Amino acid sequence: MSSDVIAIQTVEAAGRPWVETLHEWVTTVDHKRLGILYILYALYFLVIGGMEAIIMRIQLMRPHNDFVSPQVFNRMFTMHGTTMIFFVAMPVLFGFANYLVPLMIGARDMAFPRLNAFSFWLNFFGGHLLYFSFLGGNGLYGAGTAPDVGWWAYAPLASRAFSPGHSSDYWTIALLVSGFGSIGTAINIIATIISMRCPGMKLSRMPLFAWLNLVMSGMVLLAITPLSAAQIMLLVDRYLGGHFFDTQAGGSATLWMHFFWIFGHPEVYVLIIPCFAFASEIIPVFSRKPIFGYPVMVGATVCIAFVSMSVWAHHMFTIGMNSYANSFFTITTMAVGVPTGIKIFNWLGTMWGGKIQFKTSMLFCIGFLFQFLVAGLTGIMLASSPFDWQLSGSYFVVAHFHYVIVGGILFALFGAFYYWYPKITGRMLNESLGKLHFWLFVIGFHLTFDLMHIPGLLGMPRRIYTYEPGRGWDTLNFLVTIGAFVQGIAILVFVANLVISYFKGDKAGNDPWDAWTLEWSVSSPPPVYNFASIPAVASRRPLWDLKHPEDPDSHYE
Amino acid sequence: MSTIATPLAETPVAWKLPYRGKVGMACLIFAESAIFTIFVVAYLFYVGKSFLGPTPRDVLETHIFYTICLLSSSLTIHFAAKFLERGRRGPFLLLWLLTITLGALFLYGTGQEWHRLIYDHGLTMSTNLFGTTYYSLVGLHAFHVTAGLIMLSIVLLFGLARRVGPEQSARVGVLSLYWHFVDAVWVVVFTVVYVLGH
Repeated sequence: MSSDVIAIQTVEAAGRPWVETLHEWVTTVDHKRLGILYILYALYFLVIGGMEAIIMRIQLMRPHNDFVSPQVFNRMFTMHGTTMIFFVAMPVLFGFANYLVPLMIGARDMAFPRLNAFSFWLNFFGGHLLYFSFLGGNGLYGAGTAPDVGWWAYAPLASRAFSPGHSSDYWTIALLVSGFGSIGTAINIIATIISMRCPGMKLSRMPLFAWLNLVMSGMVLLAITPLSAAQIMLLVDRYLGGHFFDTQAGGSATLWMHFFWIFGHPEVYVLIIPCFAFASEIIPVFSRKPIFGYPVMVGATVCIAFVSMSVWAHHMFTIGMNSYANSFFTITTMAVGVPTGIKIFNWLGTMWGGKIQFKTSMLFCIGFLFQFLVAGLTGIMLASSPFDWQLSGSYFVVAHFHYVIVGGILFALFGAFYYWYPKITGRMLNESLGKLHFWLFVIGFHLTFDLMHIPGLLGMPRRIYTYEPGRGWDTLNFLVTIGAFVQGIAILVFVANLVISYFKGDKAGNDPWDAWTLEWSVSSPPPVYNFASIPAVASRRPLWDLKHPEDPDSHYE
Repeated sequence: MSTIATPLAETPVAWKLPYRGKVGMACLIFAESAIFTIFVVAYLFYVGKSFLGPTPRDVLETHIFYTICLLSSSLTIHFAAKFLERGRRGPFLLLWLLTITLGALFLYGTGQEWHRLIYDHGLTMSTNLFGTTYYSLVGLHAFHVTAGLIMLSIVLLFGLARRVGPEQSARVGVLSLYWHFVDAVWVVVFTVVYVLGH
């Protein structure tokens, strides 16, 4: 392949002024550069959001602690939740989709490169607008006024009367702006996958990564927009004196909850489906087997997307819906478990009888499988409305959704980092540091989030800034905090690995994992134009066909 | 497996994919429909729940003329796009101008009605729930009409400068798709606000 790389950029990288390089990155419309920008930007917010989590954990380490004030604690959990969902998880997943989808479907760029850049910068400025609230939330004279209404900003807490100043406005507008960015990116991913596939790349031959990102983008169009609409309503209430969520004028606080969760629950699937996509690419390669049950995987994903649109009110069992609504949302929520279970069995089926290579990337994917299953099981518990009445708003719920987001999403994401880092930078990530990262993170994760279920069952409510001693929560909370620190150290190892390997890592070559999808056919990092000549494919594993001309997949599909 | 060649290009298969502009606009319409759905749901949820007047029955008047204007502009833009495809510049520009005029007339109608509601009946966004939901739903639609009119006018200017020809007809088709959507939304808004909610 290297012979195919046309030497267009002969400008030597060393001698150029940094302003020029910066200008190039800021004005870029290249999907690979934008993908990298998304990922770096998300990592930066991951560190910030992680520090907020650590601050909360120090505060809760022992009873009657006064590390931060109650007001600061409120700001910390609001900012932690908002940051991690909107400015870490979404951008990093969009970053991978941006980088990989065109390469995997044999295209030279996304369908709308400039829209792509526009979406990124919307998201970027949205994130910074949110954090500017630390300076400007009460006007410039009041310091430390970040939003403190929780990441779901329930009405009427977010109304003018209870949230004076501008802190909630920063929250609203930041989410509105970044939401428009997300919609733009979703439109772009769909148009790219529908209209830019290389010859022969039928929908039935597309890598699962592209398929799952297509489904995810469709969900973004349906899930982010209700949030945008609700944010507009909240702005109308706060600035134009509207009464959407003003109960004193006949408005309804429940309506906000519905609108928020119509967004909020599908959002979980928007985040997890790209992680399914990572697992569906990584597990087959390190099991040396094609994915088990490709059509069923696609079908199950589409099924999850549909069903997950009708489960939102399981976040609202405690508001007192009638028994029909409770039953409906209990049943639909449990039903989501079926296609999800199908996927887990398919990944197991892929590994079954395979020649498994336990690279760091694969370790993270195996961790993902196990932990996501456990997270799903506590999800089934909470789906049962009587059980939820007991535990809603407790640390059990916090433990459950962190099991999904950290144990599921973040683990799969780390797997993706170890798997595609060589393609993006041209260098391998260090395996020993990687294994250290993995084991530290597994230990820290389980210490924190396994134990966190128990104070929840013992009645510890979420969002409290401190608690009385002698309720049986003390030791557990202390251990949970220790676990958080172990995870923090693991993240530092990871970041160190990213930096060290960038300069000192082994050269990766085009195809370090002996993989089968098109991105591995080009050099690492890929040239600006991706493919010197647009490839044509005849099966789901074009590189397998190429490496094994005597026994190509196309004979069997 | 350190070096591998590019996958060999096979004998070219017949390979035609949908136009990306159309796909992108279809996605945008899908997303916008979700936004409008939320506003329509809010409107219907709050119908008749205002504590204070004025109520829709007191103050809303149905102006079918402006609705006819907007809906017929869907026809004119459709035929304008058809003429452009066939390279007939004159009829295209004429119909395009007619579309803009009809859209602007509709906006004028909305402005008229808002003026009447505000000055004659004292209904503003903060008066009651009806005001809040009415102005935001109808206003959201009017905002989309305005955005559409700006884009249509840009195409008109380019057309007058002889920069729009048959080779741009696919792009013009994307814009007309948006305009059809704006019209279709009005059918829903009209039904909800002036028929069901009356």
